[in-house]
Amino acid sequence: MNAPDDIDRRIIVATQGGLPLVPEPYQAVADELGLAAEDVMARMQAMLDGGLIRRIGAVPNHYALGYRANGMSVWDVPDAAITELGKKIGALDFVSHCYHRPRHLPHWPYNLFAMVHGRDRDEVGEKVNRIAELMGVKDRGHQVLYSHRILKKTGMRFTG
Amino acid sequence: MMARMDEVDRRIINALQGGFPICPAPYAAAARTIGIDQDDLLQRLRRLRADGLLSRFGPMYHAEKLGGALTLAAMAVPEGRFDAVAEQVNAHREVAHNYAREHHLNMWFVLATEQATRIGEVIAEIEAETGLAVFNMPKQEEFFIGLRFEA
Repeated sequence: MNAPDDIDRRIIVATQGGLPLVPEPYQAVADELGLAAEDVMARMQAMLDGGLIRRIGAVPNHYALGYRANGMSVWDVPDAAITELGKKIGALDFVSHCYHRPRHLPHWPYNLFAMVHGRDRDEVGEKVNRIAELMGVKDRGHQVLYSHRILKKTGMRFTG
Repeated sequence: MMARMDEVDRRIINALQGGFPICPAPYAAAARTIGIDQDDLLQRLRRLRADGLLSRFGPMYHAEKLGGALTLAAMAVPEGRFDAVAEQVNAHREVAHNYAREHHLNMWFVLATEQATRIGEVIAEIEAETGLAVFNMPKQEEFFIGLRFEA
């Protein structure tokens, strides 16, 4: 899909913090921006179809839901196997993000990152063991980095 | 701090982490699939937001496809300077998240910029201000992002 135009950008800025919790939210956004509701809906549908919107819905606060332990598992796997492994690991329901990232040798040998959430560290540890089993011999080494303090969390904000 | 949730709240959170409709009365449509009415759904969503169980309700945008750039970066910060360096790093508005992690590389932050070229500039600024190396780890490939939490 094409890059967002100025009207798309205004819709993005107006909705990135959330949709209004009123019976006709797209109409409310349209009123705020001086657009027609049909236009807002058509543009958001196009952005959803084109992947500019990943999804629309509830964004839970995983800490508040009781997922207190957040372990960034990092894996050193053969480059040739990374896409196959990444798809397999990313499809696990307890992995929220899975990315191929560059190594920084000799300081950092890990090239696959999988964020694992659990109610406590034991639960995260069990889940990481399940990933290791899935990887078998392709796991040439891994670590789990637990976060113990959030230093900043403002999120991405687009200014249009 | 565990806010109260009943069975219907759990159903809402589990059912609505994606697929919210784009139509004139989407809450009414979503409420029907959950088996409650629109007013009940709206009231519950307002409460779940107010209690912090939901951080947001609405569209999740894809930063890179909007023309922006994201990267994950890590630093090994000497323990005695940790808070001061956190302050220097967080002062950059491009730093969207920053976590202390238990590792030799003990500070991990996400940079989100509206222009891809800004990433390298911010990293250079942080290195100059702190005198510490920043390891840039941009994603090279993204696998399915599940991000579904069972309530």
